[in-house]
Amino acid sequence: MSEEAASGPARGVLGYALENPGASLAAILLASIGLAVLAPFIAPYNPFDLSSLDVLDAELPPWWKEASDPRFLLGTDAQGRDLLSAILYGTRISLTVGVLAVAIQAAIGVPLGLLAGYRGGAIDSFVTRAADIQLSLSTLMMAIIALALFRAGLGGDALSRYAVPLLVVVIGLAEWPYFARTARAATQVEAAKDYVRAGRALGLSRIGIVRRHILPNIQSPLIVVATTQVAGAIMAEAALSFLGLGMPVTKPSLGTLIRSGYDLIFAGAWWVTVIPGLVLIVLLVSVNVLGDALRDALNPRVQRP
Amino acid sequence: MKAIAASAAFITRRLAQALLVMLAILVIAFAVRSALGDPLREIVGEAVPEAEREALRHQLGLDAPWPVQLAHYLAGAAHGDLGTSLIYKRPTLEVVLAKFPASFELVLGASLIVLLLSVPAGIYCAVRPRALGARLILGFSVLGISVPVFLTGIFLITIFSVWLGWLPAFGRGATLRIGYWETGLLTLDGLKHLVLPALTLSSIMLPLFIRLVRGAMLDELGHDYVRTARAKGARPLRVWLAHALRNALIPLVAVGGLQVGTLIAYTLLTETVFQWPGMGFLFLEAVTRSDIPLITTYLVAVGFLFVVVNTLVDVASLALDPRISLEGMR
Repeated sequence: MSEEAASGPARGVLGYALENPGASLAAILLASIGLAVLAPFIAPYNPFDLSSLDVLDAELPPWWKEASDPRFLLGTDAQGRDLLSAILYGTRISLTVGVLAVAIQAAIGVPLGLLAGYRGGAIDSFVTRAADIQLSLSTLMMAIIALALFRAGLGGDALSRYAVPLLVVVIGLAEWPYFARTARAATQVEAAKDYVRAGRALGLSRIGIVRRHILPNIQSPLIVVATTQVAGAIMAEAALSFLGLGMPVTKPSLGTLIRSGYDLIFAGAWWVTVIPGLVLIVLLVSVNVLGDALRDALNPRVQRP
Repeated sequence: MKAIAASAAFITRRLAQALLVMLAILVIAFAVRSALGDPLREIVGEAVPEAEREALRHQLGLDAPWPVQLAHYLAGAAHGDLGTSLIYKRPTLEVVLAKFPASFELVLGASLIVLLLSVPAGIYCAVRPRALGARLILGFSVLGISVPVFLTGIFLITIFSVWLGWLPAFGRGATLRIGYWETGLLTLDGLKHLVLPALTLSSIMLPLFIRLVRGAMLDELGHDYVRTARAKGARPLRVWLAHALRNALIPLVAVGGLQVGTLIAYTLLTETVFQWPGMGFLFLEAVTRSDIPLITTYLVAVGFLFVVVNTLVDVASLALDPRISLEGMR
């Protein structure tokens, strides 16, 4: 049973990728954007090194424009920072915050969902109700309020210093219900199956059954949720940073880059904000497309052509 | 008769719940204020010596135990007094309410666009699911969900304001004042200023609503009453609009109402991009300048909106679907 479950999805993903160029393209795009994790090694300049910046290099256009400078492939921002390097570092920060926030969501949501699905009864209705209430409050609005209060109470400096952990915790706490709901529904299905009954008859502990037997069998839907949640978390981080409630200008994420380049649109230097914006969109679209592809590939009920 | 009494009881209970939630929001606002702000600063500023401050603090009851202060705050709130803004030196409620028309007209414009586009598009995608147009619309809606609202705004500004120079990029333009309400809907300049922000805000809600309308319509079209209507020879357009759409609207109102918090967040983002002088823009200004009374008043106002819309949605669902009153009573 478990052997089948292990090899099935893996073969499914590969087969699916071969049959779906769209999903493969998304995966390739994602992998290339994922290279940004290596930003310190591949970026042409270090955008945090203020001494290397020269105001004379400010607002240079990208390579296809006339006044461009071969040193700066995608041009420079208002401080003369190389845009390509800033984008690589910014993507790294966006990805880090997104992945860590989703890890927190999963760490809260999955155990609650397993518990609710396996035990049922009062615990189940409590978790379900809590998830409903949390979702009806709009996660983005809650994150905005939490960070706004932090900033108003402790000042902008404190916010910039603790921006990464704060964003991770706020976005992480806000969206656990998606994991809880998925884990709960899948656990309910699994808990009724024979192998769980057999485990119970053998006298295995509840925790043992849930952790060693149910959890491995509900991985597929959880992976799908995690993918779409990463896209959501990256989008939330960008929105918060764009509002000035996230990453500071000294340590910009993609959202911060879009915000700080925004004023330059009217001066004609649109690329400073549009290029990071396009990178963000390609990142989000490819994660979403990949999530859809995973959903189909991992779902045994979908008939693949 | 029985049904009317039951409906009345339902509405009464819903109103009582709304009042309780409002009370909870006020208590939270009070807690935030006490934790983050010094009310004395609102009144006298920083320059007054410490001894004088103590005396004033005692005189104003600010050294009283917190339940007394909470009661004081709630009594003030009941009279519409939620404190004085540090930036504007005016009652905070007055400051926030003065910005309400701007936000409301932005949301109104966006909602009109969403309504006018999502209903026909959703119906089309439901009745012709295999058509190329339907696939294009759904593909576009996947893309739309992936583009953050502030980027839509930035792209629209870059294209229509900076490159083409057709439409203004920020502010409300010329407004007319009718009593309390300051409207931008009655001047050509005001309407021009509304186009890009409203399009931006609608772009994020549109994909969701197209999918909602499509899903609800697909559901309804599968029912027997639709087949009966067709069998008796009703024209397709009449079946879709008069029969199926009417029933499809019920889940739409309920789910649409749940989106109000998200809508407020997206409005805040849109107002930031277009420097639209609404409540969200004001809120961010209050945050950067640590105007705690103004911040808490905004939160109370937003909470109030949230409660009002949710209550209205429940009552509207009751009006649209009489079955809810009988099944969901207990």
